[in-house]
Amino acid sequence: MDSVGKSFVRKDAASKATGAALFTADLKFPEMLFAATIRSPKPHIKILGIDDAKAREVMGVVGIYYAKDIPGENVVPLVFMDYPFLAEKEAKFQGQPIGLVVARDINTARKAVRLVKIKYRELRTVFDPLDAMKKTAPKIYGRDNIFKKFIVKKGNTKSAKPDVEVEDVFTTNYQVHAYLETQSMVAVPQPDGGVNVYGSMQCPFYVQDAVKKILGVPYNKVKIVQQTTGGAFGGKEDVPSIVAGHAAVLAAKTGKPVKLIYTREEDFQAMSKRHPGWAKIKYGAKKNGKIVSCEVKYILDGGAFSTLSPIVLWRGTVHAAGPYEIPNVYIETYAVATNKVPCGAYRGFGQPQIAFANESLIDILAEKLGMNPLEIRRINAIKKGGRTETGHKITGSIGLDKTINLAVKSAGWNRKWKHPSSKSGSRRYGIGMATSIYGVGLGAGGKHLAKSGSFVQVEPDGSVLVAVGNTEMGQGARTVLSQIAAEALGAPYEMVDLMATDTSRVPDSGPTVASRTTVMSGNSILNACKSIRKRIDDTVRKMLKAKGRVIAKDGFYHIGGKKVSYANAIARAWADRIHLTAAGWFRVEGTTYNEKNGQGDAYFTYTYSTMVAEVEVDVETGEVSILNFVSAHDIGKAINPKLAEGQIQGGGLQGIGYGTCENLVLENGKILNPNFTGYIVPTAVDAPPIKPIIVEEKYKGGPFGAKGLGEPPLICAAPAVANAIYNATGKRIKSLPIIPEKLVC
Amino acid sequence: MKHEIKLFVNDIPYNITVNSQDTLLYALRDILHLTGTKKGCGEGECGACTVIMDGEAVRSCLILAVEADGKKIITIEGVSANGKLSRVQRAFVEAGAIQCGFCTPGFVMAIEAALRKKKTKKEELIKAVSGHLCRCTGYENIIKAIDKIVRG
Ligand code: FES
Ligand code: FES
Repeated sequence: MDSVGKSFVRKDAASKATGAALFTADLKFPEMLFAATIRSPKPHIKILGIDDAKAREVMGVVGIYYAKDIPGENVVPLVFMDYPFLAEKEAKFQGQPIGLVVARDINTARKAVRLVKIKYRELRTVFDPLDAMKKTAPKIYGRDNIFKKFIVKKGNTKSAKPDVEVEDVFTTNYQVHAYLETQSMVAVPQPDGGVNVYGSMQCPFYVQDAVKKILGVPYNKVKIVQQTTGGAFGGKEDVPSIVAGHAAVLAAKTGKPVKLIYTREEDFQAMSKRHPGWAKIKYGAKKNGKIVSCEVKYILDGGAFSTLSPIVLWRGTVHAAGPYEIPNVYIETYAVATNKVPCGAYRGFGQPQIAFANESLIDILAEKLGMNPLEIRRINAIKKGGRTETGHKITGSIGLDKTINLAVKSAGWNRKWKHPSSKSGSRRYGIGMATSIYGVGLGAGGKHLAKSGSFVQVEPDGSVLVAVGNTEMGQGARTVLSQIAAEALGAPYEMVDLMATDTSRVPDSGPTVASRTTVMSGNSILNACKSIRKRIDDTVRKMLKAKGRVIAKDGFYHIGGKKVSYANAIARAWADRIHLTAAGWFRVEGTTYNEKNGQGDAYFTYTYSTMVAEVEVDVETGEVSILNFVSAHDIGKAINPKLAEGQIQGGGLQGIGYGTCENLVLENGKILNPNFTGYIVPTAVDAPPIKPIIVEEKYKGGPFGAKGLGEPPLICAAPAVANAIYNATGKRIKSLPIIPEKLVC
Repeated sequence: MKHEIKLFVNDIPYNITVNSQDTLLYALRDILHLTGTKKGCGEGECGACTVIMDGEAVRSCLILAVEADGKKIITIEGVSANGKLSRVQRAFVEAGAIQCGFCTPGFVMAIEAALRKKKTKKEELIKAVSGHLCRCTGYENIIKAIDKIVRG
């Protein structure tokens, strides 16, 4: 293949290196105004009144707006409709938006926000999801504070008859996306009553829904254009809908372009995060190591509004037994409301929390059985023909065993693994591993969104414009999808480029999440290119006066021994007035999953991963250094191996940060460390070498065999490190992050 | 209070009017429209706003515009003269050290500053970026870019 499987330099690298790439904050429009947000000062209040007289007097303030000023509906359209754009009578978390100030410059807008006085009465609060499930808890959501409950029931755990059982409770803290670019939007009113919104986002069609809703205008009056986006990781999935909705209302009210950019502190306080998780989990096994039963109770702390919690919980639920074939499974899961910042999507989407529980407990089980952690995984890892916890029979593209073998070989596991009891001294070496299974795409939990549009146009000089509904947010979609289009058309890669994602170019293609872009937009592009290729091939046959199959290779179209260059064929097609434009479409046919018992095919395919961490722990200070980290993934096919490796390394370090140092601290619903001084993300100095390994068990439904990779590199990183720490110290820490304090006490 | 100040940015002199509390970052981005310099935190914690001032790498969000009066400043726009990538930028591009790219101008400027001070060893260059945050790459390819720069 000429383009697929090659490590081309990413298309946007040079413009990002020179600072020319335009992020949202870099945009300027004539007469642009600046906005800032008035937020709830307490975690649960009844709003009695607002005194903004002083704020309105500030020179440069153009207007202050509240819920009553919203022309359309005051509800952010996500899974359930419970989150208002602006709180009206009651605010349920500290930092919830209540009003908006728009002014001639940003300092004036922020100054005015500080002068607004909200009169309120404090209401009862609940901060712990386990407390929130009690009958006596104040009601934040519905009658029981439960956003959503799922069960999975496979076989019968009561009749499993294991020889050995292990059970424990594992908890995880929040994780903050810490994308380097904070939430940013610019809304520009249009003369006909519509609005264009330019912003930092993953999901332009969610943003379009939100802006349509808040303004009460038709879809064709709302155009959303994604700007170069400074990292997202899930954090720009749901919340940009709120930011864009706010900017759009202000643009509609003032008739002027409005820029709304969050400060870092504001972004920490009010934007979504990874849900804190609580999981009680039990494995039962035979003496030979075969796991025969798994029971899980898994609770996610959703915060004050449901946002994406139901679907985050669903992904966690259908992966909660781990990447193992277990005949008897019972899983019960809850997403629960508390008076804290709403949690949403974060790379891994409900899986990292439960993976920490699975992968810690299976090591505990191995120890109890007198086995090595590698052995027990080899015995139980799901294999071809096996069934997942939802009963999905895996018939192809399954490389879990391969990832295990390659990862342990690379790390030298057999040589290095020694029982913790053999360790001594103050600095102790340890090695640990973890594995995961990851359903690619939205699966049954989001099947109404499982569609994707594209638009491909071959220009007279052979250059190619491609538009899709998924976004480039740093992961490399622009480059990878260009490679897929180039390969399918037979065009040189350099001549193909992806346009900025714009809702007026392609129809609603669902969100850019769940590692779905390569498969969904890739297949949609293949669909468009197929009809264009048909027409090019006809031209080629005419030019070569030959019949039969046209092969594209090295910039030429070949039939038998004859050939014509790509450029000449395209020029001829245009001269003949052949239509070289096509709209593509791809949708995923039904998954069989049944919500009643949690059984059926949950996804169309899965990515499999194994990670091995080597650590050195200073047992006196609790300091953990990661010496080496191996991360192996079966992704079907790497369209661009170098970009795939970049995802593995970046996701790996986020997972290591999650496991060791990223520690958000809340007190009574207030975040105490809303900045990079208090919330520590890894730097170049602590970054360990991360060795990526790519396994290619082709998936026949994917473009050129590809599956998805965005999220898996994070999922089992933290438990691999936790298991390595146990191996070094004999201390089993059951809560993330494993900060030094937990190791020394 | 308003102040008239003079900045020499990428060898071009500018006379601008700033408020007492305006930062150098604000002056560069919002007054001079040099938007290649990024704001990741505004608190001196991320390094995205790094520029070179009188030969030193500084975080422009921590410096008041009035403090920069009369100073010689180089921004990311000043290192790729005539649209040609500098060797630091080329190394970042080739090593795959760029994902979202929001951190990149800051990393490039920190390394440019170190090289201009004749700090050319790998450890020196890593030290120069040790306080810079990148959330996308895991730093692995940034270190590879540094290797490329060191090798020349
Ligand atoms: S913006 Fe200046 S250090 Fe972050
Ligand atoms: S490339 Fe995104 S923060 Fe560094």
